Amino acid sequence: MRIALFITCVNDLMFPGTGRAVVRVLERLGHTVEFPAEQTCCGQMHANSGYRAEAMPLVRRFVDAFAGYDAVVGPSGSCVAMVRDSYPHLAEGDPGLAAAVSAVAPRTYELSELLVDVLGVTDVGARFPYRVTYHPTCHGLRMLRLGDRPLALLRAVGGIDLADLPGAAECCGFGGTFAVKNAGVSGAMLADKCAAIAATGAQYVAAVDNSCLAHIGGGLSRGAGGGARPIHYAEILASEGAQ
Amino acid sequence: MNARDEILSRIRRALTAAPPATAAPATAAPAGAVSGAALVGAGAAGSGDVIALLADRLVDYKANVRHCPAGSVGSVVGELLAGATAVATPPDIPADWLSAWTGTVLRDGAPEPLTVARLDAPGVAALTGCAVAIAETGTLILDTGPVQGRRVLTLVPDHHICVVPASRVVAGVPAGFAALPDPSRPITLVSGPSATSDIELDRVEGVHGPRRLDVVIVVDAQ
Amino acid sequence: MTTVDRGSGHIVTPLPFPRYAARELGDAQLRTNLRRATHTIRDKRLRVVGEVPEWEALRWAGAATKDDALARLPALLEQFEAAATARGATVHWARDATEASAIVTDLVRSTGTTEVVKVKSMVTQEIRLNETLAEAGIAAVETDLAELIVQLADDAPSHILVPAIHYNRGQIRDIFRARMAGVDPDLGDAPAALAEAARRHLRAKFLTAKVGISGANFAIAETGTLVVVESEGNGRMCLTLPETLISVVGIEKLLPRFADLDVFLQLLPRSSTGERMNPYTSLWTGVTPGDGPQNVHIVLLDNGRTATLADPHGREALRCIRCSACLNVCPVYERVGGHAYGSVYPGPIGAIISPQLAGQDAGFNRSLPYASTLCGACFDACPVRIDIPRILVHLRQSGVDAKRGRPSAERTAMRALSFLMRDRRRYAAALRAARRGAAPLRLGRRRDTLRRLPWPLSAWTTSRDAPLPPGETFREWWSRERA
Repeated sequence: MRIALFITCVNDLMFPGTGRAVVRVLERLGHTVEFPAEQTCCGQMHANSGYRAEAMPLVRRFVDAFAGYDAVVGPSGSCVAMVRDSYPHLAEGDPGLAAAVSAVAPRTYELSELLVDVLGVTDVGARFPYRVTYHPTCHGLRMLRLGDRPLALLRAVGGIDLADLPGAAECCGFGGTFAVKNAGVSGAMLADKCAAIAATGAQYVAAVDNSCLAHIGGGLSRGAGGGARPIHYAEILASEGAQ
Repeated sequence: MNARDEILSRIRRALTAAPPATAAPATAAPAGAVSGAALVGAGAAGSGDVIALLADRLVDYKANVRHCPAGSVGSVVGELLAGATAVATPPDIPADWLSAWTGTVLRDGAPEPLTVARLDAPGVAALTGCAVAIAETGTLILDTGPVQGRRVLTLVPDHHICVVPASRVVAGVPAGFAALPDPSRPITLVSGPSATSDIELDRVEGVHGPRRLDVVIVVDAQ
Repeated sequence: MTTVDRGSGHIVTPLPFPRYAARELGDAQLRTNLRRATHTIRDKRLRVVGEVPEWEALRWAGAATKDDALARLPALLEQFEAAATARGATVHWARDATEASAIVTDLVRSTGTTEVVKVKSMVTQEIRLNETLAEAGIAAVETDLAELIVQLADDAPSHILVPAIHYNRGQIRDIFRARMAGVDPDLGDAPAALAEAARRHLRAKFLTAKVGISGANFAIAETGTLVVVESEGNGRMCLTLPETLISVVGIEKLLPRFADLDVFLQLLPRSSTGERMNPYTSLWTGVTPGDGPQNVHIVLLDNGRTATLADPHGREALRCIRCSACLNVCPVYERVGGHAYGSVYPGPIGAIISPQLAGQDAGFNRSLPYASTLCGACFDACPVRIDIPRILVHLRQSGVDAKRGRPSAERTAMRALSFLMRDRRRYAAALRAARRGAAPLRLGRRRDTLRRLPWPLSAWTTSRDAPLPPGETFREWWSRERA
């Protein structure tokens, strides 16, 4: 099976460790991962902020870069949701692009979908002896409908102490450019999320999306959240012991 | 162009310029879901399960429920009317429902329609039947048909006693609507006494409609 | 591009959403009240929706019925008009808020009365009916408890279902004590006592009113029937006791058949008050001799609905049955309340329908589609499956497209980013530059975050730290290790 890594632009620059973790998990399971170097950005920020014309070249670029793979895996719920849910809408009225999108989008998976649904694995042989709480990000929860998959993977991690997050399904307040355009409301939502994290007594808060985690982490590093630190769940799945 | 013609032409223009998709992904329903009829409420009308469900749902919304055989409606109504100054009824009220009541009976339309002021007097209770009752939602449907009278009868008095024959109890909302003989009659759905959720979005009973609702379910003698 | 006729009235926000939001966020009591109320209703809704195993099928059925009605709207409106007229109602048509308010005002004037009782209705708020009646010397008495509270407080509604959601019981008691004529000066704050006070206050008005004014939740084309869904009995009073009844009905309220109510009377109460069924629902068809109002008028209103219908990517917003479930689950609404949206329609549905009805150029309506994180909770709660997040993005896009002629720093940045990301070499070089540019910021730091960024990114650091890029991008690592 040819698996392509869709790193996402935010992870490429800001969180390369998450990309390395995805590669490590898949290789540990005996798979080969390819990295199509032509990939850049999926265009989510542009499209969701209203810049459809600016997003379109990036949509075309994405479907070209990832054509021909059996599976495309991205460690980001919102970027994968952009490809799977929004690309078909954006391609309406352009039959050529629509065909290319319908070839690639259904084969684009968030990491937990690839592991659980396609590869049939929940125990990836990881060990992470810490107290962890899991925040199901909005796009993972309500667009991709990841459901229990990430938690099923985390539950199988050796030594992990998983704590339920109160009000888990509530948005953290990130929302892409919302965090800047409506910074006050975003901050109010963040404060409530950090308080919920603090109530779990967790050492780490895990999620499927580093952009939400950067926002949450930005609140946690100001002392909210009771000392919890943000971590992408792929890095937990890649871990083989103490950090 | 007058407003009517202009609005209709605006709509036609909107629909012609971009005709609605026949099966767009956003509106394509899964097989079997295009009609809500018969989706909900499968139990047999008048069955024990359905009666029990109706009573449960009525009580949950703070109505008082009594069960009795047909021969005892009069005595149960008499008990429920304790303390009332008068009972207002539709013209065709069965005589035996009032067999134990010795007080004043205000019969609407016999000969004159009852005035609002008369119905609003302290202690007046209303006694009616209903067209159909929906178990799943604890709903009584009044359609001004037999033994129900005008809408004002069950609105202005602060106490409503509704007699519901078991045979009129259906399981769900679709069966309730299907049982109504004439949709153009004034129809009132009553689910519990008057209530409001306007203070902190929590339900509290008792505003403008009748604050006391008694439901007498007439079950066949065993 | 054909022009469309936009609506007018109280559907235009006079200030940008973030400005109002900043004001509302400063009110700690408001936040506490909203949190308590929205969480109460969320739990109730989940409980009663959970009782219905066919819920998802009902949502699909509701959406399909509404779409079908919209696709056949001209024929259904004509059918409705004919059926209602045959039963003695008089049907009027109004292109916009001004025309509708004028029709209603003339009808009230012709009765000679100077006071009308009103059933709570969003559409009469939308067309500013009370203000127009007041200019004509006619007092409109709101009879819904929450509307009464807002009217007594001389405030604006902040929620579709519960316009006084921003007040708690203590505040409501204070408003009643200060503003309600003849109220018990020792009135307490128990909800039952407050409801009792409203009953006493309105009783005489109900029993003597000559004219009632309502909206309608549904209008049935097949039979000419109107439907009002309510709780307190104030609706029944207004619909039954006056001699004259005037109902203002948006043209999107049409349902083809009487039997379609099956689905909607299952969807609406559970979604709105979290009840299996609301206490009272009234249906009437024209005039019934000897029972209820003998002069029955219906005003069918466009006010931007046809403009909304003309947009194939946004028209599903017309499915809305005003249940307010989307408000109650919205994390943004929960923090700022309804006044922040500057329109009678707040929350997620307001963020789309205010700009759809009145246009994005009206006031600061263009700011409303950005009042969302696109978290998707509204779509999941919507009983008629309106994909609000998708329409929010669609409106952002059409709003941006409409302003392409004018300069904008944001667009310059978006264009530059898109340009960089269209080419692998430009993109890789930009990543390298960003990483190197950040490197000096790391010197001597023990943490990998920044507390303060320069404008315009300072908006990020007002409430959170910013992360710093590490020493190597992923693609640099890949080419070093794997390529």
